[in-house]
Amino acid sequence: MSELITAKILKNPKYMQLVKQRDTFAWTLAAIVCVMYFGFILMIAFAPGFLTQPIAADSVIPLGMLLGVGVIVVSCILTGVYVYRANQTFDPIVNEIVREASK
Amino acid sequence: MKPVKNAFRAMLAFAALLSANLVHAAESAVAAVVPTVIVAPAEPPLNWHAIVMFLIFVAITLVITYWAATRTKNATDFYAAGRGITGLQNGMAIAGDYMSAASFLGIAALVYMNGFYGLIFSVGWLVGWPIILFLIAERLRNLGKYTYGDVVSFRLSQGPVRTMAAIGSLIVVIWYLIGQAVGAGQLLHTLVPQMSYQLSIVIVGALIITYVTFGGMKATTWVQIIKAGLLLGGATLMAIGVMAHEGFSFAKLFNDAVAAHPKHLEIMKSVVPIGAKANPIESISLGLTLMFGTAGLPHILMRFFTVTDSKAARKSVLYGTCFIGFFYILTFIIGFGAIVLVANNPEYVADISKSVLNLKGGGSMPAVYLSHALGGNLFLGFIAAVAFATILAVVSGLTLAGASALSHDIYARVIMKGKATEKQEVWVSKMSVIGLGILAIFLGIAFEKQNVAYIVALTFSIAACTNFPILVLSIFWRGLTTRGAVLGGYTGIFGSIGLLIIGPTVWTKVLNMGPAIFPYDFPTFVVLPAVLVVAYIASVTDSSESGKKEQAAYDAQMVRAETGLGSEVGASH
Repeated sequence: MSELITAKILKNPKYMQLVKQRDTFAWTLAAIVCVMYFGFILMIAFAPGFLTQPIAADSVIPLGMLLGVGVIVVSCILTGVYVYRANQTFDPIVNEIVREASK
Repeated sequence: MKPVKNAFRAMLAFAALLSANLVHAAESAVAAVVPTVIVAPAEPPLNWHAIVMFLIFVAITLVITYWAATRTKNATDFYAAGRGITGLQNGMAIAGDYMSAASFLGIAALVYMNGFYGLIFSVGWLVGWPIILFLIAERLRNLGKYTYGDVVSFRLSQGPVRTMAAIGSLIVVIWYLIGQAVGAGQLLHTLVPQMSYQLSIVIVGALIITYVTFGGMKATTWVQIIKAGLLLGGATLMAIGVMAHEGFSFAKLFNDAVAAHPKHLEIMKSVVPIGAKANPIESISLGLTLMFGTAGLPHILMRFFTVTDSKAARKSVLYGTCFIGFFYILTFIIGFGAIVLVANNPEYVADISKSVLNLKGGGSMPAVYLSHALGGNLFLGFIAAVAFATILAVVSGLTLAGASALSHDIYARVIMKGKATEKQEVWVSKMSVIGLGILAIFLGIAFEKQNVAYIVALTFSIAACTNFPILVLSIFWRGLTTRGAVLGGYTGIFGSIGLLIIGPTVWTKVLNMGPAIFPYDFPTFVVLPAVLVVAYIASVTDSSESGKKEQAAYDAQMVRAETGLGSEVGASH
């Protein structure tokens, strides 16, 4: 890649906007996963009683089991959300920036 | 792509034909052997279902290796499957690379012994994946060529940074290999007692050397894809079998498990291994290790260089995460199913008067016996073959990652300083594959009687403390300089190894030196922050000219990482 194209892209306000928008999105999703997961881990560490309470009076299933499976399912959904938004929103902007710089 | 596809289909048809013949041949061979087995009453009957299915799998994978070898012409083919792998294929291969026998047999065994506690591992081993997607996958594909060392040394000094990255990769790879080799030896020897532990390991070693030296990443990828299909299929069948036995009611499954387990309701109440004392810091450190260790495994990171572009890299994580998440939920059902169907059963339990849980053949057997309880010898043979396939697929990926660290990072960039030809580099890589394969065989045999449980802790700790933080810093932090990366990286390597050695698993259980100096199994909660602090301080106090240049080069690196401009071109379809 020539330095010229790099310099052009760095000057393109669309590029800075893309980076800001995409990084905010990616780090927000990463933060959601971390909060969810470390919330689960911190409950294991400091409030195991909350996780091991049964979900109903006549059930042996602990609440933590549902939450754990929930963390797995939500993680999968969030990866889907990221891929959808990247395909729909970010890819066209990237292509545009590259096209403009390669002119 | 079409002709390749057709050729591949023809190969598969051929392999199916071949394996059908093999089944007959093996059956008659086994029939000839069986009488001699009956003569010796101490000898258990030959598990020919398992053997026939091993042979079918081996036959198919060797055909694929032959196919891949004819299409592996240059370094990009060898290391990165010509960058022609699609998102879905790579998603399957990621699942095949990541879902090791340790996670299949291991999580099922953890749940079988401890109930709810096993779920922590399922969750922890999954949540690294979204992080890989959001922060790493696309940028890795855009910046790197064959190894994660390419990415961390992108704007830093090649020699010291690649050496550090390669050492980090190799330590993870070699220890992971030992764990897999010991697991393979124990598993095969238990399933087919006529085959000795040593012979089992030699067979595994010989097969992976064949796959990887001849077929490179193409063969490795397809072995992983097929294995992922088999493992997901096998685990799904087992979970359906368990649920059918329990009238498709989770309430009944868990009630029956609580009734069957000798600790009863405690399996739903304990957030640590049953009998262990609750330890909040250990729980947190385990959580950190599982999540960030995943994102630092060199054989996993390497998979992102095989796809056509960053879009395919992105898609492959989505598919991979869904397959892996689905699989971990299945292993949880399988573990509880084993409590109901395997515990208390004198056919599987070693000595029922002592314990109704401890099984013949050791701790990793619950899932294997569950398959027998559900579907007899045929299903046991199938699951045994799946476990064998799993080990081969993971070991192939590991060996290739280790060999690429040696050939691409150390030989081509550090020793030859980029002057090696592609041919020389691939040759060194193939020799490294053979060397690592032989090393794995020897270490696997040497570690036969060792407790290998700590190996998972060791590999994930080093990956979480070294590879992951340095990778993230090099991608996201302009301020990182060579000095920061190298000092931070070695802090991670030596810090995690040192604390693991003076920790309970090695100091107390392996070395028998009494109470551990460092009282935690997982050192990540100390070492990971230490690595970040060291890398930060060493970088900001670095006033060298080269350091300033490296920081200035961040802009160009970022443009390439964000837009993919200048990244390695993928194969066209």
